[in-house]
Amino acid sequence: MKFNFKRKYLSFPYVLFLILFVVIPVLFIVYYAFSNKGGHLSFQNLVKFFSDSTNVNVLIISFVYAIINTVCCLLIGYPLAMILANKKLNKSTVLVMMFVMPMWINFVIRTGATRDLLNWIGISTGANSTLTTSIGLVYNYLPFVILPLYTTMLKMDQSQIEASADLGANKVQTFFKVIIPMTMPGIVSAATMVFMPTLSSYVISDILSEYNVVLFGSYIDLYFGQADWNFGSFMALIMLILIGISVYITRKFDRGEQGRRSIW
Amino acid sequence: MVKHPKLAKILAQSYVWLILLLMYLPIIVLVIFSFTATDEVGVWGGFSLELYGRLFQNKDLMTAVGNTVLIAVVSAIISTILGTLGAVGVFYSGKKYNKTVETMTQLPVVNAEIVMALSLAVLFKTLNTSYTFFTLVVGHVVLTVAFVYLNVKPKLVQMDSSTYEAALDLGATPWYALFKIILPEIIPGILSGFLISITLSLDDFVITQYLKEPSFETISTYIQKIVTKHPIPAEVRALTTFIFLIVLATVIGITIYNNKKASSQAKSRRK
Repeated sequence: MKFNFKRKYLSFPYVLFLILFVVIPVLFIVYYAFSNKGGHLSFQNLVKFFSDSTNVNVLIISFVYAIINTVCCLLIGYPLAMILANKKLNKSTVLVMMFVMPMWINFVIRTGATRDLLNWIGISTGANSTLTTSIGLVYNYLPFVILPLYTTMLKMDQSQIEASADLGANKVQTFFKVIIPMTMPGIVSAATMVFMPTLSSYVISDILSEYNVVLFGSYIDLYFGQADWNFGSFMALIMLILIGISVYITRKFDRGEQGRRSIW
Repeated sequence: MVKHPKLAKILAQSYVWLILLLMYLPIIVLVIFSFTATDEVGVWGGFSLELYGRLFQNKDLMTAVGNTVLIAVVSAIISTILGTLGAVGVFYSGKKYNKTVETMTQLPVVNAEIVMALSLAVLFKTLNTSYTFFTLVVGHVVLTVAFVYLNVKPKLVQMDSSTYEAALDLGATPWYALFKIILPEIIPGILSGFLISITLSLDDFVITQYLKEPSFETISTYIQKIVTKHPIPAEVRALTTFIFLIVLATVIGITIYNNKKASSQAKSRRK
């Protein structure tokens, strides 16, 4: 019998790999999160997490850092992307590439370099943990904000901005009523590129705060290091749920955008 | 500021260059102090190339550099093959299958690295597998394979689907048509997928830390171990100069390639 070649079969190794090493491991996390050391079904991890205020506090602090980081990155990155996308001010993509380039230099070296530099100029990482951690986070995540903002601004409809000026709006009004809404998809995708990764990051805060600032990622790593697989898995599951929520919000926003566009 | 367009331009440009300077400052400082043989950044002990000699004598660091490149190349090759075949196969299958695979593909893209690392560690622990080069490769392929898929997929969508059918009608076997018709069309996507895989793998810390053999070190894990307690080792400053130069050369190369492509496209359009 001749083997009937179908192009669909080509995808089987890929799909098999994803099932084995992406889907099944996530199911294992769920299993471990809701079982005790003996392997029996148990909610002790859930109770343990929410009964100890330290755990919840770490989560809250992580959210605060994620918000600070996202806001700072957007405040610095937004005008930057606007300038880079403005044809009168910048014609080449070389400058944009230069903002992305630091991402290709090993991030542990970059983070260590930032710490050493801050210590050199007198901002001690031990005494100013909050400040140095924030600087390190912004420094690391700024490139991720610039790209999505830049690409949405390139596609911006210039005639709407001119129309707004023609109709008597001043620069400030045009900015808040026309430019910001037009670039909203870029802002949302930039924010998601920063917010969730900040929650789960740990190397940056470890190095730049000398372990004074513990983010959620650090915390998971800590329990994993102590071989508490079940509790570690439960916190990984919380992280997974938070990521799921953020993906859902982004998708919903995207769909809303498309819906609004389709009216026109 | 609005009344003087020239002043606004100068302000805008100085803002761009100021941020750029700040972003490169830590790296620049490392590169500058790689030319003096002091223990810490900020202390200048006269010009010397000593650190460059010490860099090549530091066996542990050199092994870590070799390991980093090895794992990046191996995992990127595997990811490129798996991801490309996956994208081609899924493109030619039914809607339901297509949607399921797309959802699975999104999972490693949106997932936090620490969750992926932990989930794989839990899997290997349950299977009683000890950490080897194999587990590390699996981790890096998980990290990168979806990006190959996502880079190849749009090229397939843009492709003219009738050429493959035409090749079959003219007597080509499916395999021959696959290599001669589809592959050339999607090669840019495959290449960019490969490059993204390499860069993600080179930069990785979390997955590597969780899935590596304890004695196996990459640049990230080797330096992280030291940097949590001490300043960046002096030889690493010399290493940073090399990394910086390689990245710079790559960026210049890509820019020249893109400009050439753009100008040749413009020329062909004029014809």
